[in-house]
Amino acid sequence: MKKYMQDFKIIQNRRITPDYFVLELECPEILPEILPGQFAEVRVDHSPQTYLRRPISIYDVDYRSNRLKLLIKKVGIGSAKLFDLTKGLTLNLIYPLGNSFSLPEGNKVLLVGGGVGCAPLLLLAKQLNSKGVIVHALIGGRTDRDIVDVEKFSTYCKSVYITTDDGSLGEMGMVTQHSLFADEVLDYSKIYSCGPDAMMRAIARLATFKGIDCEVSLENLMACGIGACLCCIVETSEGNKTTCVQGPVFNIRDLKGWS
Amino acid sequence: MRDLSVDIHKLHLKNPVMSASGTFGYGPEFEDFFDVNKLGGILTKACTSKNRDGNRYPRMAETPMGMLNSVGLQNKGVDYFIEAIYPRIKSYDTHIIVNVSDSTIEGYVEVAEKLLPLDKIGGIELNISCPNVKEGGMAFGTSCPMAAAVTKAVRRVYPKTLIVKLSPNVTSIEEIALAVEGEGADSVSLINTLLGMAIDAEKRRPLLSTITGGLSGPAIKPIALRMVWQVAKTVKIPVIGMGGISNATDAIEFLLAGATAVQVGTANFIDPSVCSGIIDGIETYLERHNFNSVTEIIGALRT
Repeated sequence: MKKYMQDFKIIQNRRITPDYFVLELECPEILPEILPGQFAEVRVDHSPQTYLRRPISIYDVDYRSNRLKLLIKKVGIGSAKLFDLTKGLTLNLIYPLGNSFSLPEGNKVLLVGGGVGCAPLLLLAKQLNSKGVIVHALIGGRTDRDIVDVEKFSTYCKSVYITTDDGSLGEMGMVTQHSLFADEVLDYSKIYSCGPDAMMRAIARLATFKGIDCEVSLENLMACGIGACLCCIVETSEGNKTTCVQGPVFNIRDLKGWS
Repeated sequence: MRDLSVDIHKLHLKNPVMSASGTFGYGPEFEDFFDVNKLGGILTKACTSKNRDGNRYPRMAETPMGMLNSVGLQNKGVDYFIEAIYPRIKSYDTHIIVNVSDSTIEGYVEVAEKLLPLDKIGGIELNISCPNVKEGGMAFGTSCPMAAAVTKAVRRVYPKTLIVKLSPNVTSIEEIALAVEGEGADSVSLINTLLGMAIDAEKRRPLLSTITGGLSGPAIKPIALRMVWQVAKTVKIPVIGMGGISNATDAIEFLLAGATAVQVGTANFIDPSVCSGIIDGIETYLERHNFNSVTEIIGALRT
């Protein structure tokens, strides 16, 4: 897929919680096809502390209006700069980057997102739903403030399960402790997950134990995003692979120490 | 049209702007962003005698106006380069210079010998300055006898253009430059990354798996400029300058300090088309100052 570097116009900065926000961006030209799981390298201007771009998952795409959305959590200096951006300003993106989630063998899947890790799963839910796949989502966070846009997932998912560490929303505990996993037999043909590393590893172990195919989207530190610097590598059964070009989506059976 | 061409030994470059090793892959990675044939040259990712996996993740840490890396020369080895990569890039209308590294002098010689028959490879850049490998790498570039020995050994087998890439992690970079010039290097390129370190205070851990790594980006530009100026005054062979170049003005500063050509590195990560703009910007500068040729500004610093 051809990659582009373009200045997008900020249409809206929708602040969902004190930390989570969605940037709605308009492409200056016709938006190219973007696959679920792909990301953009976002340039953070006027920020000498953050020289490098920020890799951010593409949350939603609207080809009719040539717009895309990024769901971002304020965690450091770079994301704080993005949090402060307002309507009318521009944001430079290199996109669409990386591979994408692959289609399931069967007809029923589970998406497991942790916090801002839900970002690439919305586009996936949309795509799978349009192909007639029955999609269930399980969203986890530390508190109810980490659970955002549930209604958007509900649009494409048959059910949306929620867990929070403190029990402020949904079931109390971690995603892997949700009661849906108590069933002896899970009839999901595939589990897709994105979130904190520890969460994805726990989901990977569970998927392996239950014999369910599983893909995860990694968020390794990266510099270039286009396969030049080799900073974002992950160890796989076929040696080091780049998260930016050969990922960010990997099947857990290919990742060393994951299944 | 101003004349942007420069000569590095036998290599006639259409302009003085090249991509730096390790920041540009082999070229194809950047084809979506600009016509890479516009470059004066492409320095490939380091090529070693055998496959190298490089260092463990994490290999990168962002720092103010720059970054640290400890990739550690990950590449699939010279044989893979010749079989799988070379055919893809040999039709480029720009010079391809292979960055050569290894742990032993024999390894450097082996890679140079294998690259010699490739028509499209007009020269190699000996990387004696990588700070991220336990053996070899920077060890060759931080002592005059070692730098001289590896240059001499490769020179003996490699008659094409031989560039030696110098480490800034030394007391006197002029002495190292003189040592490699004395053994027949056709050009020196500088600077490689500066050895640095970053710490996560909350976790009380280093940010890199290797603890230390190489610092690059605009943060190192003043040091690079100073070293290029020192070396250009000292050696007779052409100097290729690099270190934090992010725009045409930066590149021109290196030329004024005495560099015959420049390499652009880390800036490729932020703007993959940056080299194209730098080439245009140099031409604009020449027009604005009424120079006919870029060679008129090489070493033209008024002191």
